[in-house]
Amino acid sequence: MVKCGLEIHQQLNTKKLFCDCDSELSDEVLYTFERVLRPTQSELGEIDKAALEESMKKRRFVYQVTPNSCLVEADEEPPHQLNRNALEIALKVALMLHAKIVDEIHVMRKIVIDGSNTSGFQRTTLIAVDGYLDTSFGRVRIPTICLEEEAARKIEEKEGAVVYRLDRLGIPLIEISTSPDMKSGEEVKEVAERIGYILRATKRVRRGVGTIRQDINISTGQGRVEIKGASRLNMIPRWVNNEIERQEMLKEIAEILKKRDAKVDERIYELTDIFRETNSKIIKNVLRKGGKVLGLKLVGFKGVLKQGKYRLGRELAENVRVLGVKGLFHGDELPAYGISQDEVERVKELMHLSKDDSFVLIAEKEERARIALQKVIERAKKALLGVPDETRAPKDDGTTTYLRPLPGEARMYPETDIPPIKIEEEYVERLKKELPPMPEERLEKLVSLGINRELGWQLIREGNDDLFEELVKKYGYPTLVARALINGCEGIDYHRIFHLFSQGKFSKEAIDEIIARVCNGEELESVVLQFQKTVDVDKLIEKIIEEKRELIEERGMHAFKPLMGLVMKELRGRVDGKIVSEKLKKKLEELIS
Amino acid sequence: MEIEPGDYVEVKSEKGIFRGILMPRHEFSDEKIVILKLDNGYNIGLVPQEIKLIRKGGERKKRERKASRKKDGLPWISVIGTGGTIASYVDYKTGAVHPALTAEDLVFSVPEIEDEANIRASILFNILSEDMKPEYWVKLARKVKEELKKSEGVVIPHGTDTMGYSSAALSFMFPSLSGPVVFVGAQRSSDRPSSDAYMNLISAVKVAKSDMGEVTVVMHGTTSDDHCVIHRGTRVRKMHTSRRDAFKSVNSQPLGMVKGDDVVFYQDYKRKSEETILQDKMDEKVALIYYYPGLREEMLEKMLEGMHGAIIMGTGLGHVGNHVIPVLKEFIRDGGIVGMSSQCLYGRVNLNVYSTGRKLRKIGIVPLEDMLPETAYIKLMWLLGNYEREGAEKLLAKDLRGEISPRRMITW
Repeated sequence: MVKCGLEIHQQLNTKKLFCDCDSELSDEVLYTFERVLRPTQSELGEIDKAALEESMKKRRFVYQVTPNSCLVEADEEPPHQLNRNALEIALKVALMLHAKIVDEIHVMRKIVIDGSNTSGFQRTTLIAVDGYLDTSFGRVRIPTICLEEEAARKIEEKEGAVVYRLDRLGIPLIEISTSPDMKSGEEVKEVAERIGYILRATKRVRRGVGTIRQDINISTGQGRVEIKGASRLNMIPRWVNNEIERQEMLKEIAEILKKRDAKVDERIYELTDIFRETNSKIIKNVLRKGGKVLGLKLVGFKGVLKQGKYRLGRELAENVRVLGVKGLFHGDELPAYGISQDEVERVKELMHLSKDDSFVLIAEKEERARIALQKVIERAKKALLGVPDETRAPKDDGTTTYLRPLPGEARMYPETDIPPIKIEEEYVERLKKELPPMPEERLEKLVSLGINRELGWQLIREGNDDLFEELVKKYGYPTLVARALINGCEGIDYHRIFHLFSQGKFSKEAIDEIIARVCNGEELESVVLQFQKTVDVDKLIEKIIEEKRELIEERGMHAFKPLMGLVMKELRGRVDGKIVSEKLKKKLEELIS
Repeated sequence: MEIEPGDYVEVKSEKGIFRGILMPRHEFSDEKIVILKLDNGYNIGLVPQEIKLIRKGGERKKRERKASRKKDGLPWISVIGTGGTIASYVDYKTGAVHPALTAEDLVFSVPEIEDEANIRASILFNILSEDMKPEYWVKLARKVKEELKKSEGVVIPHGTDTMGYSSAALSFMFPSLSGPVVFVGAQRSSDRPSSDAYMNLISAVKVAKSDMGEVTVVMHGTTSDDHCVIHRGTRVRKMHTSRRDAFKSVNSQPLGMVKGDDVVFYQDYKRKSEETILQDKMDEKVALIYYYPGLREEMLEKMLEGMHGAIIMGTGLGHVGNHVIPVLKEFIRDGGIVGMSSQCLYGRVNLNVYSTGRKLRKIGIVPLEDMLPETAYIKLMWLLGNYEREGAEKLLAKDLRGEISPRRMITW
């Protein structure tokens, strides 16, 4: 039974949520400072699991100060009032998703101690509940919509320290969470896409890479996995479907292990002596630096670590990699990587392995190796049960990798620095009247202006629908305008381009290239000059002479001046006056003589 | 059965039916609103149509606490709780913020402390820093004396708003100490992962283990969690409303710093003595008066009424408007002591440079060199409590606890 849910995070285009800084990214680093974070006891007197794992890494956090960060982001000044513009946008999105706005908003602190928030918590508030979205697969429920602050931007991870930049910290973020009502990657993709349309319909969301992020929850009946940051819509079906397969695999492995009565022996074996003369480069390096080779016996695990479709070994390796430990080897993959058959046999002998048993080796500094092996023990024990709850990161190849355990529930407490905000009924009623049209309605409108649905969706997706409507109402040519906007770029003067076009300054065929060149930084007016329609000056002169025959008969060569004015007016400066004057003179002379 | 905060309830409202833990009222919440902590952890406010009890809230789970074992070879340090941010925490179940944690809780939340010392923790009072009063300093000083009989040093977690006053008060009350007395606070409460309480507290314990015989304040040196600074109790002032490094030594170098395991002293300090001597009398009839343009004669008269002494925070080098000089003159003539400090805080007062200053000198105002106004205020209370008027006046501008220095270099 596959159940998928979505969490969508969208940045809003206002000032930051709890201070007066601009919501933008910056490469200007003015100052840095360093902090550490400690897990605090949660409300139940327990320390959060995810929090504990972060603190095990004992990391320092380096924060880069940018012009758009102040004492609030530095956790050196209490938060200011919640930004009302951001709240209004979030409320509108909630109403568009048919959700019910809570009567009073309370800001909470959600504990996050990976350093991405200087305070050690993310401020978040539940603003609406119980919404829904209709899709081609059926209705998807949206139980909660939150408004929260964006985390700091991770710049780099160094030995023992993580560097974050404060530019992104505090940017308002809408979080939309669905129920686990979706059953396939394709369905997840459609929901993500449609919610994206609705968000952009407000015209107040930030655009560009990283401004919208999707997290996907997947459960196949046992355990729950969250794929964090699954932002590329087209990759969603692959990530989801691969994860479903991974979970099926883990369930099968659990069955096998159960049959074999497998277990994890917690004894840690000291194996360094076996590898004194090893040819394994990794191990040699570790030993040279005073490290050790420690091992663990996995009773009944042979063949599930790496054989056929089974890949439990990879899971173990991923779990220690997040601690920065790379030298993990397991029985199913050895001998290999320079580790010899003989060395493997000596390990097996020392551990007294039976035919179904396997083992794990870790080459590292002793303290780190022991911490990593504890992690392996923990993970291997979970394998006996099936699919563990965890957070995974999406990879470009369509698979995912272990990130951290799923955070527990008990990690939220009130933000006492911000008073609650009452949401008055009249205010909600007013917002309801101001809601932007839903994407579907918007599409119908665009189609009625004369383009096909596909172009219409593209305009809506890119947020150019308003500009499109303006331009078409003024200048016509709907398909031409739509194509121009879709192929074009931000920040160029479409109004001016279509104004010049409507004046006949260049032909329809030239428009694509003109826009491309303007997007490339060339100046519009000079590009347009090069695309002027070629004018038949002779024909124009003949036409004017024909029209003004009376004038010529009356005034002879004296008609030259007024005629010249008329021709030049028609040409609007597109042809050099000297050429025109010569040609006109010649024609007049022919006519009079 | 009556429904109370902490109970698990079902609330029917226009927005639907919600289940969660009923929270106590928020002081700024609308009257019609009830606050519910939903199962997902979020609090929301609802206008209820009906509230149904699902189950009574259980007792708050007791925090598990390992009994700390005495470790041989480690010194005993006393921790005396007084309240303040360093000890504040949120009751997670109800969401209410409590101003105090027990001293044991505080120590328990920083387990590293147990590797530094054997801790003898107690709570003396539980007040907000701004509610501090001179009578509490007397109580605190007596408690310190008692603790120093058993411990090598004393750490006093204290609210930061008035910590500088308290450290100055204890500085004067103890002419001689058998161990360090270290005030420590936090600018971020200890229920936050980013709290400065941990580093400040562990640094304070390290200082309390030293051979110092002075009252100090130990707080963050910069915005980074990098090192703590040891400030002399008579020289320190809170100079920022919210930053971690709000505490600065004014007109003086700090005594030293704590970085990692190292306690480094920048300058000479008083070593601890065999004996702790306490002079705990305070004359509360002392005023601390901020002079400003617009301060009228009758206002100043009111402030001085019934007082035995006053510290003026004058402008610049130590001035007040000429119109109030007669008021001060009369106060001094009637036996009052008036000391002059500067609202500039940084720098030394000098009553010889301008004519107003010379007039002030002439009527008997005592220029207080580079002493902090708050320190001078405490000092005068203490002097009037323990000396005759004449002695008090003489000692006011004399350095007793490092509160005045004869020279100041351009580099600090």
